[in-house]
Amino acid sequence: MSKRIDVKDLDIYYGDFHAVKDVTMTIEPRSVTAFIGPSGCGKSTFLRTLNRMHEVIPGGRVDGEVLMDGENLYGRNVDPVDVRRQVGMVFQRPNPFPTMSIKENVLAGVRLNSRRLSSAAADELAEKALRGANLWNEVKDRLDKPGSGLSGGQQQRLCIARAIAIQPEVLLMDEPCSALDPISTLAIEDLINDLKADYTVVIVTHNMQQAARVSDRTGFFNLEATGRPGELVEFDTTQAIFNNPSQRATEDYISGRFG
Amino acid sequence: MTTQLTPAPEDQRSRTSGLRRARMDDIPGLVPSKVRPTTHRPALLLAVGAAVLALVLRLALDVHVAAALAAAFVAYLLVVYAVYRALGGPRVALDQLMRALVYFAFVLAVVPLVSLLWTVVAQGAARAFDPDFLTQTMNGVTGLHDQQYAEGTGPFIGGAYHAIVGTLIITGLATVISVPIGMFTAIYLVEYGGTNRLSRWIRFLVDVMTGIPSIVAGLFAFALFVQIMGPRDAKMGIAGAVALCVLMIPTVVRNSEEMLRIVPNELREASLALGVPKWRTIAKVVLPTAASGLASGITLAIARIIGETAPLLVAIGYARGLNLNAFEGPMNTLAVYAYFMFTKPLSPAVAAPSVERAWAAALLLVLIVIALNLLARLVARLFAPKTGR
Repeated sequence: MSKRIDVKDLDIYYGDFHAVKDVTMTIEPRSVTAFIGPSGCGKSTFLRTLNRMHEVIPGGRVDGEVLMDGENLYGRNVDPVDVRRQVGMVFQRPNPFPTMSIKENVLAGVRLNSRRLSSAAADELAEKALRGANLWNEVKDRLDKPGSGLSGGQQQRLCIARAIAIQPEVLLMDEPCSALDPISTLAIEDLINDLKADYTVVIVTHNMQQAARVSDRTGFFNLEATGRPGELVEFDTTQAIFNNPSQRATEDYISGRFG
Repeated sequence: MTTQLTPAPEDQRSRTSGLRRARMDDIPGLVPSKVRPTTHRPALLLAVGAAVLALVLRLALDVHVAAALAAAFVAYLLVVYAVYRALGGPRVALDQLMRALVYFAFVLAVVPLVSLLWTVVAQGAARAFDPDFLTQTMNGVTGLHDQQYAEGTGPFIGGAYHAIVGTLIITGLATVISVPIGMFTAIYLVEYGGTNRLSRWIRFLVDVMTGIPSIVAGLFAFALFVQIMGPRDAKMGIAGAVALCVLMIPTVVRNSEEMLRIVPNELREASLALGVPKWRTIAKVVLPTAASGLASGITLAIARIIGETAPLLVAIGYARGLNLNAFEGPMNTLAVYAYFMFTKPLSPAVAAPSVERAWAAALLLVLIVIALNLLARLVARLFAPKTGR
């Protein structure tokens, strides 16, 4: 598990709108990569291109290459469904399936893909995924209760369990803590640290302390003006970005001198 | 609001109202109306007074019922406004006035419904639960039998068994045809079409279809089956079902579209991000999430067509006996049965037994619709997204 992603000259469009221009970066396996930047600069859009979820939005398309261990995700014979099975995603707001129990939610990725699962294997997988998401001890007695009955932080960890239950190579997180209180945020950050042992984690965050705490490498996205495409200003180790950024814009943003 | 205010601790209250006063005073020309706490008791007393007034007008002065009620209501409005203006100021008075108007509108809406249910039950209950009525058809029953029954020399014979069965068969067929067509149309509109040209056209045509008069739907189905079967054999159950489909499909499409649209997009994205193909996302996530709304929408659509008479008069003819085959020969439904029993009694001289049958059929129809509604609630509860901890 966990693969390396190389992005080469990627331009992202929604219809005629040029959303993000000319991104080139390498995302290392078994590490946490964070994207920071102001709202609307295209970091979430860019994250979604890593598992082709931006295509769900009408008019979404890209120019350029995203290589996962050398294989182009946008190659002619690549099915976006296969890409998404390898690159899992956790969203900003926790979104467990309301019709399913906690256990069914965890197994949803496997079950909905119509893979057959014996009940013993299902139990084992559910426990493994929930343990992986640090949620097992809190929910082990109520696996058959609805997922929507959990607290926001627990729901978000349930969504992470659901994403890692299909054993992806890469895990994308789009502001996973922005709807959570500080304690739940801490739980998720601890979890991200654990996940890095097995997965390539990419996280978008508005919280710069969070980026500094959890990530190994950080990318700063910015846009020159509204209506212009967003771009990757600087991409370096988190240490360098926060202590010694090479770009003026990065330094201004991190130190709060913007606008 | 005019409910009794519980006085807040004195210091806190004066402080907040002082703050508010200061802000209000900043707006030039604004004079806040004074509000003093009042209760509903004067309004209740006045309502009783108005009722007494209506009774007096009716009994002592022999005014028409409607005129007496209207006069009492207008008098109530005037007095209640005056009383509350004196008690609590103009805003409180206006609140009571609007309260009276809203209650009036509610009563006006409910009275016909209650009256209708009461009439149907009172007229139909005697015959509708008679086992003979539920198990007999009109085969071989003539005006002579009705006359004998009226004279007391014969039993009451002739029932609605064939009409009950016919109603269930024809409505069932219409549902089986309409629901898949309507649901798949709605799925296309919400999940695939979006706002493209085809789906705009579909929405427009569905709206047009909603407005088709039911008799036109019946004529359409009849004309269609004349083309297929020839004019002599065209009247059959399936023709009626097709006519009802024309009426039902737009309702199902519209209801289902609304229900699918309110499924949060986040759930679709969550499923797609797990590598679930789109069609499976729709089948396993979107539809189950919307299931309760879909079920009640479909039930409402069924309730809408089950009482249709006009298109069936044209399309299925009128059968006196039981016909279980929807693909051959005329059939009967409760609505058509009630219509014929009422307009063409078996014995024109002694219409009472036929009219009794018509009321009984009407009551059965109402009961079926109520049962369907209860069923829809049950289904909605079964499918509803789970809650609880």
